[in-house]
Amino acid sequence: MTNQEVAEELVKKFENDVFDFEEPYGLLTLSVSREQIIPVLEYLKNSPAFQIDFLTDITGVHYPDYLDREFCVVYHAHSFVHNFRVRLKVFLSLNDIHVPTASGIYMSANWMERETYDFFGIIFDGHPNLQRILNMDEMDYHPMRKEYPLEDGTRNDKIDALFGR
Amino acid sequence: MSETAIAPASSANGSLVKDQVQYVNELTTLNLGPTHPATHGIFQNILTMDGEKIIAAEQTVGYIHRAFEKIAERRPLYQITTLTDRMNYCSSPINNFGWMMTVEKLLGVEVPKRAQYIRVIMMELARIADHLVCNGILGVDTGAFTGFLYLFEEREHIYEIYEEMCGARLTTNMGRIGGMERDLSKEAQRKLEAFLKRFPPVMREFEKLFNRNRIFMDRTVGVGGIAAERALNYGFTGPNLRAAGVDYDVRVMNPYSSYQDFEFDIPIGKDGDTYDRFIVRNEEIWQSVRIIEQALKNLPEGAYYADAPEYYLPPKVDVYTKMEALIYHFKIVMGEIDAPVGEIYHAVEGGNGELGFYLISDGGRAPYRVHFRRPCFIYYQAFPEMSVGTTISDAIVTLSSMNVIAGELDA
Amino acid sequence: METSIKTVEAPDGYEGSGFFATSFDKVIGLARSHSLWPLPFATSCCGIEFMAAMGSHYDFARFGSERPSFSPRQADLLMVMGTIAKKMAPIVKQVYLQMAEPRWVIAMGACASSGGIFDTYSVLQGIDRIIPVDVYIPGCPPRPEQVIDGLIQIREMAASESLRRRNSPEYEALLASYKIQ
Repeated sequence: MTNQEVAEELVKKFENDVFDFEEPYGLLTLSVSREQIIPVLEYLKNSPAFQIDFLTDITGVHYPDYLDREFCVVYHAHSFVHNFRVRLKVFLSLNDIHVPTASGIYMSANWMERETYDFFGIIFDGHPNLQRILNMDEMDYHPMRKEYPLEDGTRNDKIDALFGR
Repeated sequence: MSETAIAPASSANGSLVKDQVQYVNELTTLNLGPTHPATHGIFQNILTMDGEKIIAAEQTVGYIHRAFEKIAERRPLYQITTLTDRMNYCSSPINNFGWMMTVEKLLGVEVPKRAQYIRVIMMELARIADHLVCNGILGVDTGAFTGFLYLFEEREHIYEIYEEMCGARLTTNMGRIGGMERDLSKEAQRKLEAFLKRFPPVMREFEKLFNRNRIFMDRTVGVGGIAAERALNYGFTGPNLRAAGVDYDVRVMNPYSSYQDFEFDIPIGKDGDTYDRFIVRNEEIWQSVRIIEQALKNLPEGAYYADAPEYYLPPKVDVYTKMEALIYHFKIVMGEIDAPVGEIYHAVEGGNGELGFYLISDGGRAPYRVHFRRPCFIYYQAFPEMSVGTTISDAIVTLSSMNVIAGELDA
Repeated sequence: METSIKTVEAPDGYEGSGFFATSFDKVIGLARSHSLWPLPFATSCCGIEFMAAMGSHYDFARFGSERPSFSPRQADLLMVMGTIAKKMAPIVKQVYLQMAEPRWVIAMGACASSGGIFDTYSVLQGIDRIIPVDVYIPGCPPRPEQVIDGLIQIREMAASESLRRRNSPEYEALLASYKIQ
């Protein structure tokens, strides 16, 4: 089962909703439209030829410079039977930052989506319990976005005055 | 069942009638954590209980969230090794080398065979150390403190070998881009051989104390089981999945660092319960000992670092005498060398399962985005399913056998 | 009887047949310093080094800390080991408040002393922002020998502490600066 076969099957089934096929370091990577991401995941899981039925990871990336495609949700999936991995990406705009949840198909998506929501603010529609998981509940911003700083703001030994700035 | 009986009514002919007695059920809410003697780290479980039986469990994590992924966006690639140390801190070398291999794949650096074999030895020692902690603490949670003392003495010997290789005991920061920072010295080799001689009898004694121990088996057989299908749906990997019966091991499916040269078995269990997880971890310790013996016997000669002067610091002798070495040293330390643009996902078999590193590089010195696929975070979600319906003492033992390490849970 | 076991020396005092007179704070200090029960508040990697210190190689129990108590009411010494995130800070403070006087605090490791390598939005930059600390043990993680050194310093503090210290106005002022009654 090669990258080419899987890519061709996906284009045949989903036509224009899957695009931007690449193979960085040998891993098939493709972008999927937001409406079709759950059907694509289901198709890959239930297809007897592929059996890509293990969800390895869900995470998010913030690209503040790409207008209208600022956020990207990245899904990594794996087929044990054929030893085949695939990476799916869904690009979202800052104004419309919703994507359907995968927790109906995979139980492991539950906390992975909560973590992505906590860090980036991406809303997963249909998630049973979309709340912050790693940060404090009172936090009112999404820390992994590029505009927020890393450091603790209350330190007074790393201030600019001490470094001559 | 905790019931409060209200005074029974008597029937017309004066006898007490049982079905007119009213019972009121009370459910208690018990807060298990975050500071708890029986958890390996700090995470919270709010249990709703009916007497001693658990009806529902709700988890809160994030009590040790240290924002590794955000820190990693500010550090050059070789400085992120110190962050990976502190994720699964019981087996730091596996995390270190997993990250190093991801970076080497991105940069296209080929690691020589000798360095790969030394990495395998260190990773297997780390796997032994991780399983020693888990099984020792599982013994303590069932009440048996002696096993813990025996196993921690063996961990001290593993620490001594780490000290020979890198100078630190626990958070090792081993490995450099392109190989190791120092060769396997004569002293380290001697200590390894001494370890391989003194460890098996201690491990056998530990197994004799626990494997067929009546009390231990009563506490752990049939407790906290999970079926293979559910485990796969929950994203389990590692010893927990192998105890449920699925033989998925990243070292066999996607071999890295010359694991394909070694001969080892993958122990799998049947029911996925606590006893199976304990036995699978014990058997994995034996397989790791086997791998280390093979690696020591067949250790090839050669360099212990790659010929990649842009990424591996040149030896000090050259830095002080040759011009190019001085320039490369300056460029590496001052950060004038950029990484190529690309994105890469690489997974290794950590102590708890598939530890994945997703690295997006935009060409600068520090990565654009780093994500750690942490096995503990993903399989800890299944704890309510594994413990609802059991008693609280079973839940403690289940939690202990899952080997949830807080550093990896929260990152 | 000849024995190689070193027993504790009696403090200075006036001895006679059937009695021994010394001052209270010497005897109480002797008793306290030889039986400090720790509360291991282990959060991360330093907790594993503490477990190694408690093991048989670097035996912690020979200094009197035989019984690590997880109940704050019965513990003397709060050992905070590991990174304290801001989410965890109220819990540290609550555990500290539940301990009975006299209580001592050890901040083990760089993260508990000052935030360590984690200068981030989610990590408390040192537990001395919320509770008073007696001994800091630097290291990442500190070797068990360093932990034992810290414990010996606490023992010296416990042995030489005046009985009135916990009621003195300076101590009350110290607690008030942390907003502890």
